[in-house]
Amino acid sequence: MDIFLQQMVNGLTIGSLYALVALGYTMVYGVMRLINFAHGDLVAFSAFIGLSVYAQIFGESVTSLIAVITVFVFTAAIVAFVGVLLERLAYRPLRTAPRLSAVVSALGAGLVIQNSVMLIWGPNMKIFPSNLFPATIWEIGGIVITFTQVMILGLSSVLMVGLYFFIHQTKIGTAIRAVAIDQDAAKLMGINVNRIVMIIFIIGSSLGAVAGLFIGTYYRGVTFDMGWMYGLNAFVAAIMGGIGNIPGAMLGGLLLGLFNAMITGYISTQWAETFTFVLLIAILVFRPTGILGETVAEKV
Amino acid sequence: MSEKLLEVKGLHVNYGAIEAIKGIDLYVNKGEVVTILGANGAGKTTTLRTISGLLKSSAGSIIFDGKEITQIPAHEIVSLGMSHSPEGRRVFGTLSVEENLMMGAYSLKKYDATTLDWIYEILPRLHERKKQLAGTLSGGEQQMLAIGRAIMSKPKLLILDEPSLGLAPVLVKVIFKAIKEISKSGVTVLLVEQNAKAALKLANRGYVLELGKITHSGSSEELLNSEMIQEAYLGKKK
Repeated sequence: MDIFLQQMVNGLTIGSLYALVALGYTMVYGVMRLINFAHGDLVAFSAFIGLSVYAQIFGESVTSLIAVITVFVFTAAIVAFVGVLLERLAYRPLRTAPRLSAVVSALGAGLVIQNSVMLIWGPNMKIFPSNLFPATIWEIGGIVITFTQVMILGLSSVLMVGLYFFIHQTKIGTAIRAVAIDQDAAKLMGINVNRIVMIIFIIGSSLGAVAGLFIGTYYRGVTFDMGWMYGLNAFVAAIMGGIGNIPGAMLGGLLLGLFNAMITGYISTQWAETFTFVLLIAILVFRPTGILGETVAEKV
Repeated sequence: MSEKLLEVKGLHVNYGAIEAIKGIDLYVNKGEVVTILGANGAGKTTTLRTISGLLKSSAGSIIFDGKEITQIPAHEIVSLGMSHSPEGRRVFGTLSVEENLMMGAYSLKKYDATTLDWIYEILPRLHERKKQLAGTLSGGEQQMLAIGRAIMSKPKLLILDEPSLGLAPVLVKVIFKAIKEISKSGVTVLLVEQNAKAALKLANRGYVLELGKITHSGSSEELLNSEMIQEAYLGKKK
């Protein structure tokens, strides 16, 4: 039972990270019908940017809450900018091209980002400072919860609830949903589709940046090529929840995190990824629209 | 003479190598209802989509409210006072009726409550269903929503593409009554219709489009009495 509860906590933590990244995939897919394969590499890039921002501003000094917030905000802003640039350079020129061209462009852009990270920060693993968050640990009935885990769960929940309300309660959020349904009809409402796409990339990249920083603080070691695996997991999470569906990405991320943690806890760490993709195949065979995908019938 | 709200001059539109619109001229005066008649594939929808900026013309000019709009993107044209309810209704299926109407007012800083009340008054069905998802409405209700959504931006010119398409006769009546109300309120209407009789009854003037060219034009009365129109569009035999 202890293992189960411990793996619940671990799974929800990893799941929150997957969910944050999965939101980036699902929002871009929802609006552009494009799998942004460069998104995972953008997440890895965020971790390195975070390291540099931290080193530039604070050196190796003792961290404070202000320092952490600064690192998060600066990193999110820089990554959002790169995300917008990515859309302008790699995707917008292909907006009306066949989808395969855009996917190839996405894969290429991912390689460019990954190799840029390697050239800038080197091919070796970099270690995140251990003092970004306090080393506080709580032990509740045999289960260990770290301060970092609480931060990850807390901030991810806030961001996801915030995003949900933004999408469903605001004018821009409703416009985002409208563009996802029908771009031409949205244009006839006076909605600037390019601006909505830009907003999508800002939100998706910022959430990815937060995930990248959390990956750094949680696992400590970051490598230039880690984006691929996180990206793929998050992509599976997005498919699981129903690609294009925002609550679906959140749910898919959390479920995949739990699934991963249970496999790790009860079977073996080595098998976790294999099972992830077995799960993906199973979903694609038995419920290709995902858990929350396309529940509403649309009349043509 | 009354003032021209919309003027299209020498308009050409290409789809790849195919020329769909081959140099048409038309105008709509302020306060008028003008209809464009024509068979499937004549280029009616293409003409409307080019006027509202969704398609780019290859030659010619479109002047709206004294302003050249040929090169202006669709989303900016809306805030100039033109609203286009597209063919096939194109409501946002997973948004509620109310959210669809709010999107209609996207170009305004804040939606106009009087306009919304008025839409609910002339199309009461929308009020009953305001919390329902648009995709779950019947075809006729979706058409009402498409029209309501288009007038939420408080347009000077309302463009309607086949509002009666696929609807039962009783619903066609409701839709045409609503269009009449909208026209009476001072909105200029450009209407494309398959239902030539209903369209000409409502309109002041009409154009006949055939294979990308305007072949006839005139007042509704002239067109209704023209033998050619009666044969081709009103189903009367010689």
